[in-house]
Amino acid sequence: MAAATKMRWGELDENDDDGDLSFLLPPLVVTGPDENGIKKTVEYRFDEETGKTVKVTTTTRVREVARTRVTKRAIERRGWAKFGDAAHIDAGARLTMVSTEEIVLERPSAPGSKTEDPLVPKLDRGAALMLCRICGVKGNHWTSKCPNKDLAPQLDALVDRPPTPDTGNGGSRQGKYVPPKPKESDMRRRNDENSVRVSNLSEDTHEDDLRELFGSFGPLTRAYVSLDHRTGESRGFGFVSFVYREHAEKAIAKLNGYGYDNLILHVEWAAPRPN
Amino acid sequence: MRPILMKGHERPLTFLRYNRDGDLLFSCAKDHSPNVWFADNGDRLGTYRGHNGAVWSCDVSRDSTRLITGSADQTAKLWDVQTGRELFTFRFDAPARSVEFAIGDGLAVITTDNFMDNVPTAQVKRIAEDLDDQSEESLLVITGIKGRINRAVWGPLNRTIITAGEDATIRIWDTETGKCLKESDKEQGHQKTITSLSKSADWSHFLTGSLDKSAKLWDIRTLTLIKTYVTERPVNAVDISPLLDHVVIGGGQDAMNVTMTDRRAGKFEAKFFHKILQEEIGGVKGHFGPINALAFNPDGRSFSSGGEDGYVRLHHFDSDYFNIKI
Repeated sequence: MAAATKMRWGELDENDDDGDLSFLLPPLVVTGPDENGIKKTVEYRFDEETGKTVKVTTTTRVREVARTRVTKRAIERRGWAKFGDAAHIDAGARLTMVSTEEIVLERPSAPGSKTEDPLVPKLDRGAALMLCRICGVKGNHWTSKCPNKDLAPQLDALVDRPPTPDTGNGGSRQGKYVPPKPKESDMRRRNDENSVRVSNLSEDTHEDDLRELFGSFGPLTRAYVSLDHRTGESRGFGFVSFVYREHAEKAIAKLNGYGYDNLILHVEWAAPRPN
Repeated sequence: MRPILMKGHERPLTFLRYNRDGDLLFSCAKDHSPNVWFADNGDRLGTYRGHNGAVWSCDVSRDSTRLITGSADQTAKLWDVQTGRELFTFRFDAPARSVEFAIGDGLAVITTDNFMDNVPTAQVKRIAEDLDDQSEESLLVITGIKGRINRAVWGPLNRTIITAGEDATIRIWDTETGKCLKESDKEQGHQKTITSLSKSADWSHFLTGSLDKSAKLWDIRTLTLIKTYVTERPVNAVDISPLLDHVVIGGGQDAMNVTMTDRRAGKFEAKFFHKILQEEIGGVKGHFGPINALAFNPDGRSFSSGGEDGYVRLHHFDSDYFNIKI
């Protein structure tokens, strides 16, 4: 009755809570899935406690598990009635589940290990615990055996960065609350001393390719290509961390402006230069 | 890839088989009911109830209407795939282990174990189109093998039957006379029990897996050794990709030792090898026990594995699987 005679909100009785007012809400809107498989659902509902309208936007990614060409007989078999134990099983039995764990085909040797430099110590026992405080690399070497041990403090002086707030002696910002996020990124930047940023990469360039390309200059600790988290495609830039700074310098000198996969690479220091 | 886990069995899996169209997956386990699943989403279509012992293997006819199963209850049974109705029972004096329909589905080879005083046999039965004509009579009984026959399959044009088993020897038999035509070389061949045998899509060669921690590829007519794939664990299951030059090998140490080792040390992965280069391509982990059964979908885009842990894991390959470079 109420739904039929389109009510105006002003006419509603304020105390009448239990009436179904959902007809007042905007309708459900479903957009997509687009070419990336992103489906967006916008729905509105009343919040029970506050009585306010809540807009709920759900973004889901539709993924195609498998594409098969199905024969006529297979389609026919699709419609077959279940039999045996399958006929009277309740829906809660959950005999068939999709694994929550992403399983990959694990390659026997990690790509890039062929070009491994003898200078870089091999991973050994207890590698997971090994964390170098200087270059921030896990599982490679201890702080005391860090190849950049002598390099690190000099670099700090050389770069002449503004004192980081977490050291406590930064005069201007002393005592001020520093949100954890910039603090963290500051820490990361320090570890990025030997890293270079590569941009204008082609979409087909993978981390292995970067390793191959940059590995010729010296041992690497990391090669990373930024991926779009929705499409999984390369965003066209990445980072490469070297064990030694001089190798990074050499790489920048050589590869900046180098034509790779029909594109001119742009290679620069990863850490933004203070100026 | 995110595998689909199918928990339809209470006990370890023994065998997996796709139908020809690749839309149905049949699974056998040591519990008494084989299951049939839709191979794309893993929904269970039904179960075949009637056996009274572990079911060791099964085969499905080319038109996906009939299923044959071999069981430790000393019978092999014919089933109607669609309804799960039992059509016929072949009775034996010993557990039936391996079953396979011949080309044309007019014949089936069934092996029986060495049990009590019986010798192991491979028997050929006629499968009648009309059930009223079906008889238990054997057309041919192959004997003379010492040790259990783990697998017996038909050769090209139904002219031969290939057997492999506990004595680590592969033999090719003439289906007309029942005589042994060829025997695998003792030096080249497997050193321990052969656990599995799988034919290529075109039936030109086949792969055997053995407890001697290797799998070997053989020519189906001449029985010459073509390739050897070496792993570090006993091999329980093998299959050949119908699409790419890949083979998949699964195993793990003996089930009796599983509780004593870590999951990683157990090496319960399905290992992929390049068929020609014999190089390892990669491993797919997931099972909590040895892999007992492996099967590629006939389209080569998915495969399933059955483990001692009672799970069937159905893997649809990611697109990057198809452009792996060696």
